[in-house]
Amino acid sequence: MSNKKNDLGELWEVFIQSKNGLPYKHVGSVYAHDKEFAIHNARDLYNRRNEGSSIWIVKSSQIVAVDLDTSDYIINNSDDKIYRNPTFYNIPDEIKNL
Amino acid sequence: MNKELFIFCLRLADNCLILAHRQSELCSKSPFLEEDIAQTNFGLDLLGQAEAIYNFAVEIEGNINTPDDLVYKRNERSFYNFILSEQPNTNFAFVVIRQYFMSVYLKIIYTTLSNIKDSKLSGISLKALKELDYQINHFELWIKRLGLGTKESKEKIQNAINELWIFTGELFERDNLDLNMEKNGYLLNSNLFYKKWINFINDIFNESNLNIPKDAYMVTGSKNGIHSEYMGFILTEMQFLQRTFPDAKW
Amino acid sequence: MVKKNINYKFQKRIDNNIKIEPRDDMPEGYRAHLIRQISQHAHSEVIGMQPEANWITRAPSLRSKKILLAKVQDEAGHGLYLYSAAETLGASRSDLIKKLHLKEAKYASIFNYPALTWSDIGAIGWLVDGAAITNQVSLQKTSYGPYSRAMIKICKEESFHQRQGFEIMIKMSHGTKEQKQMAQDSLNRFWWPSLMMFGPHDSDSTRSERAINWKIKRESNDFLRQKFIDKTVPQADFLGLTIPDQKLKWNKKRNSYDFGEINWNEFWRVVNGGGPCNQKRINHHINAHKDGEWVRKALIKYSEKYVK
Repeated sequence: MSNKKNDLGELWEVFIQSKNGLPYKHVGSVYAHDKEFAIHNARDLYNRRNEGSSIWIVKSSQIVAVDLDTSDYIINNSDDKIYRNPTFYNIPDEIKNL
Repeated sequence: MNKELFIFCLRLADNCLILAHRQSELCSKSPFLEEDIAQTNFGLDLLGQAEAIYNFAVEIEGNINTPDDLVYKRNERSFYNFILSEQPNTNFAFVVIRQYFMSVYLKIIYTTLSNIKDSKLSGISLKALKELDYQINHFELWIKRLGLGTKESKEKIQNAINELWIFTGELFERDNLDLNMEKNGYLLNSNLFYKKWINFINDIFNESNLNIPKDAYMVTGSKNGIHSEYMGFILTEMQFLQRTFPDAKW
Repeated sequence: MVKKNINYKFQKRIDNNIKIEPRDDMPEGYRAHLIRQISQHAHSEVIGMQPEANWITRAPSLRSKKILLAKVQDEAGHGLYLYSAAETLGASRSDLIKKLHLKEAKYASIFNYPALTWSDIGAIGWLVDGAAITNQVSLQKTSYGPYSRAMIKICKEESFHQRQGFEIMIKMSHGTKEQKQMAQDSLNRFWWPSLMMFGPHDSDSTRSERAINWKIKRESNDFLRQKFIDKTVPQADFLGLTIPDQKLKWNKKRNSYDFGEINWNEFWRVVNGGGPCNQKRINHHINAHKDGEWVRKALIKYSEKYVK
């Protein structure tokens, strides 16, 4: 979480797409002084076993996260909106493909 | 057996093996952990290339059982890697320059081999090319950063270039074996290799504010199995178990 | 009052098996314990590279050379995963490395023993990685999210490490007379230090109880040590090697092996710096770090000048 530059550079978060078409998943972080080496370091650290088909990196300092104090009303906003879930609806058994 | 093709393969594979040896010496000694992983990766790439080509050579030769026999049971004078490959990891700049000079050379020769009729050798070369493109890219990042970084880093990398330069002449020597390989379709326009190679070097050195040394004496010998003093130590270390316990299986 | 409240709420989350994440409130003791443990773990991976790296250039076949190189490279990777996990708690890798150099931070004492023969590389994979994996498997369920995720990844990747070691042990113990002697000699030298890897008895482990309450540690030292012994003895039998413990005996009632007492004097002596290679390992790390200083400086300068 320390975003200060030190002799290893700064921290970058690494996202890997395991297969074309799938979402990118956060796998960890690396240090680097610039984006070229950040990509190389991410590749060498998180793709030694060909885990991915593509890599994104982003400076950790650029990530915006929900504040813990406000997370209650930002994240938990749909407790009572169960009509968004498909199981809320009663559909006769004989209806298929819905 | 095709004796010339066999030696031709050894020349290529020995370069990969000895470079891999130097790379693996770096393990746990790099300037930081991320780079340690990168360097050992190159070692693994090169070992894989060496093994694949030795396998091919074993098939041609017919009387040798395994690639291990080629690695562990040959004497110094029967190794044909360039003297450049065996130069030590004096400091990180030497590693960068040695590997870069060799990577570009290997890229050129693999590119040629990827187009020949022999599907086995061209297959090995195609796979190796991908690995080399990454290596070249990695070392170019380093050359630029060391060349344009601090006064000290510029001095160190220029010094490595100056000291290693005399070993680059060998890369473009062509003996009878090479000419015959060219006749038989294994090499193509090998007279242009130097031009291709120096273009790479010129481009990255210009970008990095580094100079190519003036033409000077060039060391020669490895195509006839003549090496630098370092080679004996490399083989002593590499072959010691196999030679100490000749009956053992590992 | 407020602090007490945090501790109570925190313990409740732990008791409900809710993973703690970097931005969550946590008691300072929890944070400090984790930083210490994770960094110690990371340093162990990195220092542990040395005895094995020392043998890559001498590996007796292309196959074993490739495997060993890949294995040591994995260890560098695992060190990085763990440093990353420690960073999420506010520690910085540079500071952690400084502490290592000042001998303020510890690493697994086992790496202060030398790797003298090729079969030591087998014994390290078989016994040292075997002991480490026993511990790491239990840590996959640790309460701190990033640590747990790192452990899961590491366990998955390390599954080949112990096999690599055992394969060497098979070849050595089933090989020539000299190879077999080497294998037995390695077992003799690495057996007890491997048992020491699990740490002091639960009764002597000062920080253990708190770590178990916080679910940082999921199993006790003695439990894990017994588990390791029980699974390793049959493997030694398979190899036809003798474990250097005359008190080692199957106990039907306990359904476990009884074993002799560890030399705790040796344990504490090595932990506190008095092993055959303590100084060598640290010097090696310091030297590599110093040799790389001009390289790191060049990167800083370059990025100041050219990176927007």
